[in-house]
Amino acid sequence: MSDFIIQAIEKGIIETLQMTFWSSLFAYLIGLPLGVLLYATAKGRLLQNRAVNAVVGFIVNIMRSLPFLILLVLLIPFTRIIVGSSIGTKATIVPLTVGAIPIIARMVESSLCEVQPGIIEAAKSMGASPIYTIIHFLIPEAVPSLLQGAAINIATVLGYSAMAGTIGGGGLGALAMQYGYYRYQKDVLWTTVLLLVIMVMLIQEGGAFLAKKKRKI
Amino acid sequence: MSKVFELKNVSKTYRNDGQEFEALKNISLDINEGEIFGIIGMSGAGKSTLVRTLNRIEEVTSGTVEFLGSDLAALRPAELRKVRHSISMIFQSFNLLSQRTVIENVEQPLKIAGVPRAQRRQKALEMLKVVGLEEKAKVYPARLSGGQKQRVAIARALAADPKVLLCDEATSALDPKITGEILDLLKEINAERKLTIIIITHEMSVVEKICDRVAIIDKGELAELGDVREVFSNPVSNAAKKLVFPANPFAPTNENQKLVRIVFDGTKSSEPFIANLVEKTGKKVNILSANTRSVGGIGYGQMVVELPSSKEDQDIIVDFFKKNGLTVTEVEINE
Repeated sequence: MSDFIIQAIEKGIIETLQMTFWSSLFAYLIGLPLGVLLYATAKGRLLQNRAVNAVVGFIVNIMRSLPFLILLVLLIPFTRIIVGSSIGTKATIVPLTVGAIPIIARMVESSLCEVQPGIIEAAKSMGASPIYTIIHFLIPEAVPSLLQGAAINIATVLGYSAMAGTIGGGGLGALAMQYGYYRYQKDVLWTTVLLLVIMVMLIQEGGAFLAKKKRKI
Repeated sequence: MSKVFELKNVSKTYRNDGQEFEALKNISLDINEGEIFGIIGMSGAGKSTLVRTLNRIEEVTSGTVEFLGSDLAALRPAELRKVRHSISMIFQSFNLLSQRTVIENVEQPLKIAGVPRAQRRQKALEMLKVVGLEEKAKVYPARLSGGQKQRVAIARALAADPKVLLCDEATSALDPKITGEILDLLKEINAERKLTIIIITHEMSVVEKICDRVAIIDKGELAELGDVREVFSNPVSNAAKKLVFPANPFAPTNENQKLVRIVFDGTKSSEPFIANLVEKTGKKVNILSANTRSVGGIGYGQMVVELPSSKEDQDIIVDFFKKNGLTVTEVEINE
């Protein structure tokens, strides 16, 4: 491989990491509260509210059922408004974030469902408010499971970021498309694939390690 | 004696998919300050629902629950949360936070009440000393045994200086020895802190060991209420009899014979009344089962005997027992 390609790969790695990091961060900022809302407004829960639960659940389901590639295209006008452009690394963060939010919301909801209902009853009996219960009882109890979910979510975002490469995003995905696919440079194709595999494994193992370290059971 | 709780005609009906289920039916009872009050019943009798109406984790469908003279149903959410600082609860499954250390668990109620950090740490340590686990302060609950977990839960329940402690099957997950230790601890706390304790259980032995008064709940209804000694030595309702007396597996060998249960209290249990019966009347009985138990330090016994088939003999025998101060009741076969 030429120096030029190696430089391109280095740049690709950094771009992929940037996209994954920022998209995951933004997606968690919205997806985590959304997941808590889905959990808490369900029947028999702390903030039972049928209307809110139905509306949020419906939106999340719709968003989740859209194939990511379609979402990428659909969001181009929206991305232009926010970033000012629809191509490049920065622009890819928008659809990645939007695509990850519903996945994260459902993952968070399922992690919270694992918390023993008795913990919530205990909080109630101590005179804790619903918000206090969520922040100081529910979420801390769910942390190991939330971390495990985060590893899966971030790895998914990383995979999506490669997909975004096909329609003008940056990163390793774009590299694989441009050099590996369009110009038949198999070595570039396989190198990028290998790098993506390594990155996903690192995220997954890192998440599992943290979750295990945190779990006090 | 002042009343801590006053329940008047409390009913609770669950509605689920158009089906109604009456968990509590018209229950009225008072709980006095400083007593250990037992609520006993078979599983599904409604006792867990009943105890949850006391801190309004369950809303009542009709009737009122008064705590220290104020109607719980009339409280707004913030007021109710404040009242709950005075009504602690411990559970069968302990319900400790697994991701928090023992001391952090004990601090929780104080944190909720807004007590500053240094103060709540000190108070939590003090509470751990009360339950004898101060050396486990920095440990996570997963490293504790069941009995130790319940001790931590008790320390946590005591941290906010409550007036009442509700125990929901608090010893049901523990073995008999540890159960005994936990009950001793509760009794000690009751005596030292003048804390009113309400114990929900399906185990007779728990009530016998520490309760002053007992309510027997059967199919959502209050079947019997009174002093533990009274209820246990002379149960009136079927539900009470079922709990107090073990099931009788025997049927009379022929239909003219009769089974009777003799119940004797501590003052009579030292007399050899069966031997006396034979000596004085010449009539014989067949002992089918017998046992004794200690209720509040007094021995109570019960014996199921089979009487001979002659009606005349039966009357003589029953008469003899009654004259000797024993309670005699006929045993129904399907009891």
